[in-house]
Amino acid sequence: MPPVFGVLFDGFAYGMLLFLLSVGLSVTLGMMNFVNLAHCSFAMLGGYVTVTLMNALGWPFFATLPVAFCAAAAASGILERAFFRRFYNGGELEQCLLTIGIVFVSIAAIAYIYGTDQQPVQLPNYLRASLHVAGLSFSVYRLFLIGIALMITVLLVVTIENTRFGARVRAAVNNQRMARGLGIDVDRLFAITFALGSGLAGLGGALAIEMVGLDPSFALTYLIYVLVVVSVGGLGSISGSFAAAMVLGVSDIAGKYYVPAIGSFLIYLVMIVLIMWRPAGLFGRR
Amino acid sequence: MAAETIAGPHEFLHAQARWHWGEIVFWLGTLLPFVLVPDYLVLASQVAIAALFALSLDLILGFCGIVSLGHAAYFGVGAYTAGLVSKWGWGEPLTGLATAAFAAGLFGYATSFVVARFRHLALIMITLGLGLVLQEAANSASWLTGGFDGLQGIHTWPIFGVLHFDLYGYTAYGYALAALFLIFLLARRLIHSPFGLALRGIRENGQRMPAIGASTHSHIRTVYTIAAMIAGIAGALLAQTTETVSLEALGFQRSADVLVMLIVGGTGRLYGGLVGAAVYMVARDQFSGLNPQYWYFWIGLLLIAVVTLLPDGILGGLTLVARRWRAKP
Amino acid sequence: MRGCIVAIAAIAAASQAAPAAAQGTIKVGVVMSFSGQFADPGIQIDNGIKLYMKQHGDRFAGKKIEIIRKDNGGIAPDVAKRLSQEVIVRDGADILAGYDLTPNALAGADVSAQAKRFMVDMNAATSIVTTKSPYMVRTSFTVPQLNEPLGGWAYKSGLRKIYTLVSDFGPGRDGEAAFQKGFKDAGGEIVGAARYPVANQEFGPFLQRAKDAAPDAIYIWVPGGPQPAIIAKTLKELGIDPAKTKILSQCELTQEEALKSMGDAGLGIITGCHYDYKHNSRMNKDFVGDYRAEFKRDPDMFSVGGYDGMHVIYEALKKTNGSTDAAALVAAAEGMSWESPRGPMSINALTRDVVQTVYIRRVEKVGVELVNVEFDKIDNVKDPFKGPPQH
Repeated sequence: MPPVFGVLFDGFAYGMLLFLLSVGLSVTLGMMNFVNLAHCSFAMLGGYVTVTLMNALGWPFFATLPVAFCAAAAASGILERAFFRRFYNGGELEQCLLTIGIVFVSIAAIAYIYGTDQQPVQLPNYLRASLHVAGLSFSVYRLFLIGIALMITVLLVVTIENTRFGARVRAAVNNQRMARGLGIDVDRLFAITFALGSGLAGLGGALAIEMVGLDPSFALTYLIYVLVVVSVGGLGSISGSFAAAMVLGVSDIAGKYYVPAIGSFLIYLVMIVLIMWRPAGLFGRR
Repeated sequence: MAAETIAGPHEFLHAQARWHWGEIVFWLGTLLPFVLVPDYLVLASQVAIAALFALSLDLILGFCGIVSLGHAAYFGVGAYTAGLVSKWGWGEPLTGLATAAFAAGLFGYATSFVVARFRHLALIMITLGLGLVLQEAANSASWLTGGFDGLQGIHTWPIFGVLHFDLYGYTAYGYALAALFLIFLLARRLIHSPFGLALRGIRENGQRMPAIGASTHSHIRTVYTIAAMIAGIAGALLAQTTETVSLEALGFQRSADVLVMLIVGGTGRLYGGLVGAAVYMVARDQFSGLNPQYWYFWIGLLLIAVVTLLPDGILGGLTLVARRWRAKP
Repeated sequence: MRGCIVAIAAIAAASQAAPAAAQGTIKVGVVMSFSGQFADPGIQIDNGIKLYMKQHGDRFAGKKIEIIRKDNGGIAPDVAKRLSQEVIVRDGADILAGYDLTPNALAGADVSAQAKRFMVDMNAATSIVTTKSPYMVRTSFTVPQLNEPLGGWAYKSGLRKIYTLVSDFGPGRDGEAAFQKGFKDAGGEIVGAARYPVANQEFGPFLQRAKDAAPDAIYIWVPGGPQPAIIAKTLKELGIDPAKTKILSQCELTQEEALKSMGDAGLGIITGCHYDYKHNSRMNKDFVGDYRAEFKRDPDMFSVGGYDGMHVIYEALKKTNGSTDAAALVAAAEGMSWESPRGPMSINALTRDVVQTVYIRRVEKVGVELVNVEFDKIDNVKDPFKGPPQH
């Protein structure tokens, strides 16, 4: 098999990671129009929870993942209830400023507690191995990541399409005022969705450590990529985020393989072209 | 009856354009650093430059509703133009400023065609993308821009042949402040004109404007080009007063910073950018002096406090206070 | 020329901000990144400074030595220039030090030259930096200094075809140029070269291309941070065995934090570097011990830049008897040579740049940990790319 397939596999895995990090923001932005630039701070939190549990308390990697999810979900739930609610009717600019302030505070706090160097995690050896198939090497960790991400995607789609909760979420994203008029408790719905979205980001952050490292600047570095995925995919759309993450991940990798000199240009140009073609995103509604 | 309604709009504009006593106090206040805190003049000059940059963003954001996350592109184009002109042998500052304004304006005009067609998140992401692409291009074209090391060999000639750029920053601050004031006057004139009113109309309801005969796209292109020119002048001022230009002049960090400054100060008020720039940069300087490693924390708290206590920025809060005070019987 | 004279007169007049030395304190302004993505090297440099002062005391000939720290916050030469000016004008600094990034160091050099202050570059590693001020010395390293000898060594060790992959910004390109020159001058062939974007996270495509070229070795230049570990893991994923296809690089690929993250994927990587915390000398062992006790972490190449920078300041002050006159301090520093935790080092009298030993190390497992084991070295390496001084 030509080596490009191995490379595309890498791109697919990277795209899945971006999807996990972005899907929560896409849904909450689409539902409540709340610009949460602190989304990646929750991802970072999940990562550091995993690091602490593994390095300080000796937990096995898999056991830390649900905790990373819950910690991020809980933290965001508290912040949302106590703080963010007041800004839902405010302007987007105020929300930007508020959440940027929270990002700064989170970065400084993490730097203070953990220091600024890279956080290592010792994964079990079988996770760090490679499978050799048809002349190509497939990293077990990336397979694992793809597996988890696909499972979560299926779970999300099933929930959104087939449950009452999902129906309410779709209604609220589609037309908030009507949804309220129909008696749906949009505020509570949003709180739950917000927590779930941030929890997924936290899980993404924990899974990201092995692939891209972890340090306090994570919250800002990944914010740009997440914004790109969300805007290209369309607000409030899970399939949109998935498609956008795939397109961006794979095109980035393919570009770098065939024309290394093109470097970072390609992902930004692809984004600009896609947004100009579809300003509401690939699967966006508004 | 008819004669009164015809005179109405012009009188409205005249009334708006009258100088408030607070403004005069403000501008006199900008002269204070020369006497009160001469150790801080270099910081003051960079505040003035940031204020000019924030003013340019206010024209498109505050008055026209265009949210841009890539405005530093024009700042950077202006900075590199002024730097290159000086590096290639012509270090005269004022003509350097004019050249930079022209280059930035040209670039602004070209991009305005794209910008005018989009709103909301799409616009934010397109401006972000354009800014990032430009930064990558500048890094690649290191033969021109000096790349990571920055542009070397900039030497600014004395202004009018006599005012040298000194270590304390007297000339730098005077120069930047003069540029800020003059451009502010022009911006003020622009805002308090029928054109300015049309911009505000576009901000409030862009789709309705063509119905009353104002062409949205061409207005947006015009104001965007003007804003780009002003941003370019700010960039050129930085290049000339510090004799350095590096890639971060075009970078995302700079675009984000100016947006934060403007929101902190209050959008759509002309002075918001100036006040926000002063507050943010002085706060940052003081916090990082006290705590070089974790000043981020205090700045974050400051931003949260401003948003919570003063929605609509510092000037918004002051206006509210003034209104309540005036309303007291 | 006339402009210079007027400017100097203005500065002289303005220098009633009397140098602090007259009042019994010698102030050193340290301008570096303490926050942002370059915070970690800055903090390590600062730890080096603190340790030296703790070991040698902060008093000298009856005067106190005081450090004033200013955060540059990353790449920002306009801020670096302002902070350097402010630390002189507002705080009365006699000496400038720090400067972790080249653009910032170049801006600081302008101030050092204009205000006539002795300046110690404790990290910025581009060759031209020391040419920008006649009062500057460097105590860290330069990228060509490490990478050109590595290129020559690569040929001597039997490698004939090499593929280079570097980060697409200043230091990376410098590394590429220096390594290729050293290797080609010795007779080697570069079979391919590529540059990856500075913020890159996916190295699969680049390393796959390198593998496709079937070289004897792959030369990589990467800055500190998350990328070294990602590169090592990707090498493993692609089945590139460092024992068969040699991997050559500068220090950062196998820094301690990178080795901890990459695990066994790093075994066999060869690097050229001027300092490792496991360097086997009495002085280094003591240094590392004191460092660990004080800061609860190990020193790295940035720490020695700060540590030796302070050494130069202290020794130069001894020679000038406490005078902080820039010309006197620089003359005192030129030609200085001493034993540092990294090994023997000196300041070249002509270029004012650092001269030191470059160690060739391989990553091996010693006990349970992965360490860089020094197995070859090149002594007294100067910076090979020095151009003519500009001032």
